[in-house]
Amino acid sequence: MAEITQERREKIAEQFIKALPFCAALDIRLESMDVAKASMSMPYDKRIVGDPETGVVHGGAVSALMDTCCGLAVSLHPESGKPTATIDLRIEYMRPAKVGERIFTHAHVYNVTRTVAFVRALAHDGDVEKPVASATGAFTFSRLKKAAS
Amino acid sequence: MKQPEPLQIIKERRDGALKALVDSVPYIDFMGVSFDRRGDELTAVMQFDPKIIGNPVLPAIHGGATASFLEMAALIELAWQRAWGALEEDKADVAAVKAAGYLRLPKTIDFTVDYLRSGLPRDCYARARVNRSGRRYASVHVEAWQDNREKLYAQATGHFLMPRLDVDG
Repeated sequence: MAEITQERREKIAEQFIKALPFCAALDIRLESMDVAKASMSMPYDKRIVGDPETGVVHGGAVSALMDTCCGLAVSLHPESGKPTATIDLRIEYMRPAKVGERIFTHAHVYNVTRTVAFVRALAHDGDVEKPVASATGAFTFSRLKKAAS
Repeated sequence: MKQPEPLQIIKERRDGALKALVDSVPYIDFMGVSFDRRGDELTAVMQFDPKIIGNPVLPAIHGGATASFLEMAALIELAWQRAWGALEEDKADVAAVKAAGYLRLPKTIDFTVDYLRSGLPRDCYARARVNRSGRRYASVHVEAWQDNREKLYAQATGHFLMPRLDVDG
């Protein structure tokens, strides 16, 4: 299996985020990354409020954050050969995110086949133990061509 | 014979309620989404803007933008359908509909998006169908397309918690 160095991973991630105008629009930031894992965050912004009565961020923005993070986790899989696309993504909203707080998300690829990567993610607003949302997704996946062994 | 209500008044009431509902949500404006009304039928429109791109190489609309668009379409449709009853049966004006709590938005419990084709850099349309709307829970299906209604580029199903109304029934 091809070894991916931390440096290479960081480069992938940097390119990944820079290339996405929608992430820039939501001011999404990379927090950390690892093999087949990524963490990102998104600041609170009045323009992305979904519920005017409470000031809580719209679920769609949280969904965008989690989708991006899941996609990056797939790219960081050591066998990932090509850019990925979301096949399906299910989000469960456990509780409203706190008004004014940054939202964090952690995604990890827990299984890959030759063609599909299965990803899970959690989102929280400061306390990892109290998630605001969870996500389950299937993403397109193509394995790196293996060198003859 | 009873005089029918002037058309202008009916239109004002309906469009006023829809506008109040849509304008209350900052994220709808941020995403460049608007709602086109024909009778009680709504079509959500997301105008293409370079900022919603997720893949600059193709280029394609970000999946998160599509998910946001579909979720908005579902939420507004749900609230709108419930408000429609009050608007039509009780001839309630916007202020009365708002006071009764009809403009409060449902809360999303879960939302599953099915990405069928990549979103091209052009306008998107969506229509939501409420499959079941009870006192507490509702289930909604949304379909989105771009150039051809028959070729959906994404669809979604979600469950929602309905907000309480400040009226009986």
